Amino acid sequence: MIIIITPDEFKRVSQATREDGRAPDEIRPLKIEAGILERADGSSYLELGGNKILVAVYGPREAQIKRLQRPDRAVIRCRYNMAPFSVEERKRPGPDRRSVEISKITAEALRPALILERFPRSVIDVFIEVLEAEGGTRCAGITAASVALADAGMPMKDMVVACAAGKVNGRIVLDLSEEEDKRGEADMPVAILPRNKEITLLQSDGNLTQEEFEEALDLAIKGCLKINKIQKEALKKKYGE
Amino acid sequence: MILVKDKDIVVPGEVLAKNDYYPGRGTFKEDNKICSSHVGLVSIRNKQISVIPLVSKYIPKRGDVVIGEITDIRFSMWGLDINSPYSGFLPASEVFGKEKRGLENIFNIGDVLFLKVVDVDEVKKVKLGLKGRGLGKFKGGVLVYITPSKVPRLIGKRGSMINMIKEKTRCDIVVGQNGVVWVKGDPEMEKVAREVILMIDREAHTSGLTDRVRDTLTELIKKVKG
Repeated sequence: MIIIITPDEFKRVSQATREDGRAPDEIRPLKIEAGILERADGSSYLELGGNKILVAVYGPREAQIKRLQRPDRAVIRCRYNMAPFSVEERKRPGPDRRSVEISKITAEALRPALILERFPRSVIDVFIEVLEAEGGTRCAGITAASVALADAGMPMKDMVVACAAGKVNGRIVLDLSEEEDKRGEADMPVAILPRNKEITLLQSDGNLTQEEFEEALDLAIKGCLKINKIQKEALKKKYGE
Repeated sequence: MILVKDKDIVVPGEVLAKNDYYPGRGTFKEDNKICSSHVGLVSIRNKQISVIPLVSKYIPKRGDVVIGEITDIRFSMWGLDINSPYSGFLPASEVFGKEKRGLENIFNIGDVLFLKVVDVDEVKKVKLGLKGRGLGKFKGGVLVYITPSKVPRLIGKRGSMINMIKEKTRCDIVVGQNGVVWVKGDPEMEKVAREVILMIDREAHTSGLTDRVRDTLTELIKKVKG
């Protein structure tokens, strides 16, 4: 009998499963709960693998800063913040380059879904707190924020749902974990409006060929649709269905 | 073609029906699909589909009666919080004639008033008034906040629900259309009324609520009397 010993790296590719035993098109275990904060207008809590995210929505409320007001619509403000204890090495508290960027792209990903014309001259505040981070927090944040907005009773054209796809060990995989993101060749977060699959966010970090890009995009959209089902369930569950 | 049933819970973006139906409140039309824009309950009335939101904010409308709290005093007006994205103002002329002095002697910050919405203009400035029956300042009592869209449920058919609570708790209760409820009576009974009002807010979308409220009321009152 011949025993072929393959190095770890090759084994992973041939086994068709990933480091944590997931299939290439499988997302991490996901749990969403809506309306968990008493004093916020809307809130949600999300767990995706090792990610733990809390979102609070306040508003629509009167804009305290007059120059922010728009006469024809409401304004959405986002703040994405990582708790100092959310990562292995203590993170210095306060906003940094990364969190400022994510706050901005989150607001922009959510805006197309909201019917902001209903509340002229008001603001909506979305606070995304990352309590524990394990890769893919910006996507998880957008997914949770959209549940919190719906919970706040904000009129919306659709939910917003985000999921990342990327390339690890030469393979296109869904929902990268922190480890895969670090070792992998590319990471591509995508946010969509699931009904008509309109893209509201698309970032890409790393190198992908055109074919790989298209494959990753299709996979990410597939993942989004799966997550959307759980989002809907979370909202319906709050009112006992 | 219809895809949902009456009283189903729907979420934003959910497709409710296709073709031959009309979009009502809480819905919008895209291509020939009617979609929900809120988390709410479906209501179908002769080919018109609407969604009654389970949570909403109060949008001021002319003629509404609301309960507001004074948050600001200016030269000739009071500023009020009316539990809405827009704050209201009460001009001094609503209270006195020509001379406008000593506004703080009449109403001070923190006072709670029962008012009427006189006008809402293009820039969403909400003008409030005190001319009308029963309008004015509240003395004592507690405030309970509920979702504005659930106010009709709290009042019930021809006031059946609210009258039952008033009768059983012997409290004075005033409901503003902005979802603020003022309750005054025996301190223990105020607590009972508050409990029951919050219960209606939580369970407004379920059926058989009046009976359950009656049971809870009797139970709570028994506990108080002890």
